[in-house]
Amino acid sequence: MKKLYKIYTALIIFFMYMPVAVFIIFSFNDGKTSVWKGFSLRWYANLFQDKLIMNALWNTLIIAVIASVIATILGTLAAIGINNFSGRKRIILLNVSNIPILSPDVVTGVSLMLMFTIVGVAFHFQMGFWTVLLAHISFCAPYVVLSVLPRIRHMDYSIYEAALDLGCNQFQAFGKVVIHELMPGIFTGFLMSFTYSLDDFVITYFTKGASFQTLSIKIYTMTHQRINPKVNALSALMFLAIVIIMVTINLKDRHDEKKRGVIH
Amino acid sequence: MRLKRPGIPYIIWMVVFTLIPIVFILFYAFTDRSGAFSFQAFFKAFGYTDVFLRSIWIAFISTFICLVLAYPLAYFMSRLKQSTQNLLTMIIMIPMWMNFLLRIYAWVTLLQNNGPIDTLLGFFGIHTQLLGNQGAVILGMVYEYLPFMVLPLYTVMAKIDSGLIEAADDLGANRLSTLRKVVFPLSVPGIISGVTMVFVPSASTFLVAQYLGGTGDIMIGDVIDKIFWSDQNTGSAIALILMVAIFIFLVILNFFGDEEAIAA
Amino acid sequence: MKQAKNDMIVSLKDIFVEFDGEVILNHINLDIRDKEFVTILGPSGCGKTTTLRIIGGFLEPDEGEVFFDGEKINGIPPHKRNVNTVFQKYALFPHLNVFDNIAFGMRIKKLPKDEIKRRVKEMLAIVDLKGYEKRSVSRLSGGQQQRVAIARALVCDPKVLLLDEPLGALDLKLRKNMQDELKQIQQKTNTTFIYVTHDQEEALTMSDTIVVMNNGVIEQIGSPTDIYNEPVNAFVADFIGEANIINGTMLGDCRVKVLGTELECVDKGFGQNTPVDIVIRPEDIEVVAPEEAKLVGEVVDVVFKGVHYEMTVMVGNCEWIIHSTEMSPVGSKIGMKIIPFNIQIMNKMFLATENTFFAEVVSAYEEENYIEVKKEDSVFRIDGYFFEEGTRLRIVLPPSALSIAGDGVGDIDDVYIESVIFKGEHNEIILESDEQKWLMQSDQDEQVATYVPLKFDFSQATITVEEA
Repeated sequence: MKKLYKIYTALIIFFMYMPVAVFIIFSFNDGKTSVWKGFSLRWYANLFQDKLIMNALWNTLIIAVIASVIATILGTLAAIGINNFSGRKRIILLNVSNIPILSPDVVTGVSLMLMFTIVGVAFHFQMGFWTVLLAHISFCAPYVVLSVLPRIRHMDYSIYEAALDLGCNQFQAFGKVVIHELMPGIFTGFLMSFTYSLDDFVITYFTKGASFQTLSIKIYTMTHQRINPKVNALSALMFLAIVIIMVTINLKDRHDEKKRGVIH
Repeated sequence: MRLKRPGIPYIIWMVVFTLIPIVFILFYAFTDRSGAFSFQAFFKAFGYTDVFLRSIWIAFISTFICLVLAYPLAYFMSRLKQSTQNLLTMIIMIPMWMNFLLRIYAWVTLLQNNGPIDTLLGFFGIHTQLLGNQGAVILGMVYEYLPFMVLPLYTVMAKIDSGLIEAADDLGANRLSTLRKVVFPLSVPGIISGVTMVFVPSASTFLVAQYLGGTGDIMIGDVIDKIFWSDQNTGSAIALILMVAIFIFLVILNFFGDEEAIAA
Repeated sequence: MKQAKNDMIVSLKDIFVEFDGEVILNHINLDIRDKEFVTILGPSGCGKTTTLRIIGGFLEPDEGEVFFDGEKINGIPPHKRNVNTVFQKYALFPHLNVFDNIAFGMRIKKLPKDEIKRRVKEMLAIVDLKGYEKRSVSRLSGGQQQRVAIARALVCDPKVLLLDEPLGALDLKLRKNMQDELKQIQQKTNTTFIYVTHDQEEALTMSDTIVVMNNGVIEQIGSPTDIYNEPVNAFVADFIGEANIINGTMLGDCRVKVLGTELECVDKGFGQNTPVDIVIRPEDIEVVAPEEAKLVGEVVDVVFKGVHYEMTVMVGNCEWIIHSTEMSPVGSKIGMKIIPFNIQIMNKMFLATENTFFAEVVSAYEEENYIEVKKEDSVFRIDGYFFEEGTRLRIVLPPSALSIAGDGVGDIDDVYIESVIFKGEHNEIILESDEQKWLMQSDQDEQVATYVPLKFDFSQATITVEEA
């Protein structure tokens, strides 16, 4: 039985990594098609010389950093505020907060596009960096709320009171004590925001306007012509980056757990 | 003493960037080009009923396949020792963090004529069109969203006390009835959130069908994308119908979940 | 607003607190003398923690005034009060080490670094944690965490230290040690301690003054000896130490009748033929030969308790507990001699001996011979009576006619159990519904401070028509 499960798991993992393996292999292909023509690094070289791709990468990172920082601040404060509401008000707030998470990306995207276009006409601005940033903050902040709320609920409230008792005003109590307790939730929320922002295509697609480009958008225009080996090189590099990030986080978690393990 | 004020910026933000855009969608769906009240947009939207139904159908099939594939895997994972569990979770999450377009594009490379799979099948004398049909679209969806089914299922199953399963074994339940009577009822919340996380995006996704399917396989998300740039009224009407349909689906699903929880 | 300055450090005047329509503190008044160790003692839900939170500034009373050192401090936030708190589960800051936890308050006040260092050192010496500065607080044992919490609060030099069941999470042995230590720390630092607990033994060992609370009111304030020797009512007697609490009748000054026997006591002024509660501590009963005493009983159980024997003695149907250094064998007849000074007479908590209430007939069925009456929004059926609809009835029920509905469906639901006191023969239970209190007799042990459905046995009732 156990063996059967192992084979099954291996098959699933094979299924999930087969496409990854394909683009890694073909990123080193000297030819332009999916027929193997010999080993080469020319697509990597091409990739780094492509100003447009590098520019899109820069835009993606800038948007992801700013959006996730603002979303984290907004969402953390919101979680504290929402937690202090009770009964129906709290349920309504939580449900509204969950709308961007539950409603389809296409709908979120077109509804924002509609608003930005109309407001843009009225105030003479065009969609671009700013609209993408606003959109990203909007769909990231709810994830921060979701990850911080449980920390607040499980926090020992008397820790906050102890800080007040020892002479803190409410802001000091928050900055010196409460925030340390919420940190794991805030960090998770930030990480989620950052990755969702990096990964987003649909909402960016509708709110980017005419000329603004992120990596997802660039990949879209490149892949629309069906075959473009530069995309393989880009994918391989992104895969590498993700593996490094994930392994680091995992090792850090394990290290933290060990540290905690000693205490108990 | 308990502060609600920190929540205010977020509440304002949500009103401006979530609720007002939805109001715009509502307004456009119920008006015509001149801005007068009209059901015209809905009549035009009903012209896409077949696409709508196909999207739901494809989403349904994909969700079902994901559930069938993910359930045994999640169960197996949850019974492993903790460090192996963490490792497997990471392995399953890594492809999820890859750009969504890249993952789909990899399947284009894999499935295209003279691509690796076609070549492989060619050795066995099988020559068939792998791309450009509904099967390829479903394959893409399953590949895209499988981790979203595995992770919630695994999270819930990992919380099931293994003592409970041993107790069931001890009380003479065989493996199958242990699964049915103990594991299944306790895993219902995981199924609910897994189904939500797979069904909603796959019903509303766009591009997957454009990349992997044929001309007759386009889905409702693609339609919204195509129409919206030229006819925002009809686009809004379709978006509205899609959103309402998905919310109804979620409500039914959660109601079903509550019933199950009580029965268990 | 200044009050006449005396040696009271904290004064609560007519404090009233309500949560969701439930009264938590019912107009309490409390004065706390400077430099005393005061314990607020009571069962859970009695309002003791709420009282503490009001003094600490974490809760504003709905009504009433709080004075600190003669100044009114209503509305002043906790960080501006010269009061510090030791929280129930310590509430140490997990991200800081021992030194930083203790230094926290002084750093907020921006005291100079070397002063902080010196005072933390001093404090660590007082709480016996020298050399623990760099330890992470999560690596400390429960008792050590407790000391850090005390040090952290005391280092701020408060005039009053509030302690909310601080020993509750410790095991028995550690608790005993900490009791002594707390008392020593209080004397060393010369600070007023206000200590909240439900543990009567803790209260008796540590306090200068004990405040006994129940159901949002203060039952008694006094020194441990006073409270133990002269409890004001059966609740206090029952809550503090072991006691035989028996129903009796005051025949006149210094004469009380218990179980059909007249005994001499020292209390006066209760009037004639007044029902009272009598408290006799188990160690105040002297075992003598049957012919030498007025009260005679039979030993039914003996347990050796280390320093004394605990004997259960039946006098008729009434159970007594006696502590004695000499054992009388099970089955032997003994005389119980009690000197008048050791018989404590108290007014009854429930003044009447029967329950009286009024109810209106809402429907009447002559053939089936029953009526339905309404009382406090509940409608219930009385068999064997017939009155016209709309008649107002006066119903009298003896305590034995009341019971708690085992099937969960009572004549009146959600009745609050206020106290349960064993009276030798039965438990005497005082209940409270929306409009009145009830006295019930039961052989069951019921849980205080819970809500139960109350059922009436109308075959024991006296029902008369109340003329308008």
